Amino acid sequence: MNPQERKQDDNQIDTYRRRLLGGGAALAGAATLGPGVFFTSVARAKPDDQPVSSEVRWGFLIDTNKCADNCNDCVTACEKENGWGSGSADEQHSRPDQKAQWIRKVTVRDKRTDHSMSLPMMCQHCAHPPCVDVCPTGASMKRADGIVLVDKHICIGCRYCMMACPYKARSFVHEDLEHQREYAPRGKGTVESCNLCVHRVDKDEIPACAEACEEKAILFGNLNDANSEIARRLASEPSTEIRGDLRLDLGVRYQGI
Amino acid sequence: MKESRHTRQGFWAAALIFALFSLPVMAGAPVPDIPEAVKGDQCVEETGFMRKNHMELLLHQRDETMHRGIRTKKHSLKNCFTCHVVKDAGGQPVTVKSPKHFCRECHDYAAVQIDCFQCHTSVPGGHKTTGEKL
Repeated sequence: MNPQERKQDDNQIDTYRRRLLGGGAALAGAATLGPGVFFTSVARAKPDDQPVSSEVRWGFLIDTNKCADNCNDCVTACEKENGWGSGSADEQHSRPDQKAQWIRKVTVRDKRTDHSMSLPMMCQHCAHPPCVDVCPTGASMKRADGIVLVDKHICIGCRYCMMACPYKARSFVHEDLEHQREYAPRGKGTVESCNLCVHRVDKDEIPACAEACEEKAILFGNLNDANSEIARRLASEPSTEIRGDLRLDLGVRYQGI
Repeated sequence: MKESRHTRQGFWAAALIFALFSLPVMAGAPVPDIPEAVKGDQCVEETGFMRKNHMELLLHQRDETMHRGIRTKKHSLKNCFTCHVVKDAGGQPVTVKSPKHFCRECHDYAAVQIDCFQCHTSVPGGHKTTGEKL
């Protein structure tokens, strides 16, 4: 623990004050950009010792019109951030279809018109997640702020959730791993998937894929905050859920499909 | 004469038993060689409490972090390694593969298996690149 971190732990008031000042600075910075224009959403300012709240619901709005066919930046960023795929040298023995895949680029083509488009596909962070319904141990869970993730401490690797997910979002780790990231533990015998970069979100940062997308096709934000950019765009522009007929109330919505 | 021989035998038997029992003490019973923390004089809790209860603190913290998003540093696994890091001859932190790793020193001695590092990294900062071999 470095001295600054120790100070933060010792003096919660200091922490709150620092965050408040930081939030103020973000507001002041945003004001100069002009009304309604933000580089990032304003800091949520949840102190480390407070639990996440259901007043927040995190989600993505993905504009497939901006998503380039041959671009893989979001996938590469996720691999690097969370240490899977090209971000790890550990999974040497698994077949490509067995290896972990937290996010993938999918190309869909309309057979009649031959129009094709490319989009990133990952855990859709359902409000009513089938993976949570079927989990026998409670490992597959939804946090209060809408992030669906696996508690690998109690995951027994039964893979029911992989069967239940309509989006093929989950992977099973088949072999021993050694080179995990500090903030993204993953190991043999457990199921994993996109966790919306929960370690970054808890620090008021945006997920790695959204940050990496140069076209700004992936917008991250709080769906419950009417003033957030994502909520304003969802209110003013059309968007759809993939397999909306399942009525799972997804946290990830798409445009242009 | 007969009695004295008995006495002598008794003496040698007693000496042998004493020698056998005192042997491990003389050789030095194996004790874990607990590495010093690299910084700070005091652990997050009192040392005796930590020796007995560190697993309870970690278990509690793990559930708080996973399910409620509470990320205080004090009782986190990450915080253990900030101080309790063992470095090899080259100055690199050793992973849990090394018997010199802080956790392994006692866990090997007590023959208690730790599963933490099947998923968690065992070095401070984790692995940042694509899998350097350590």
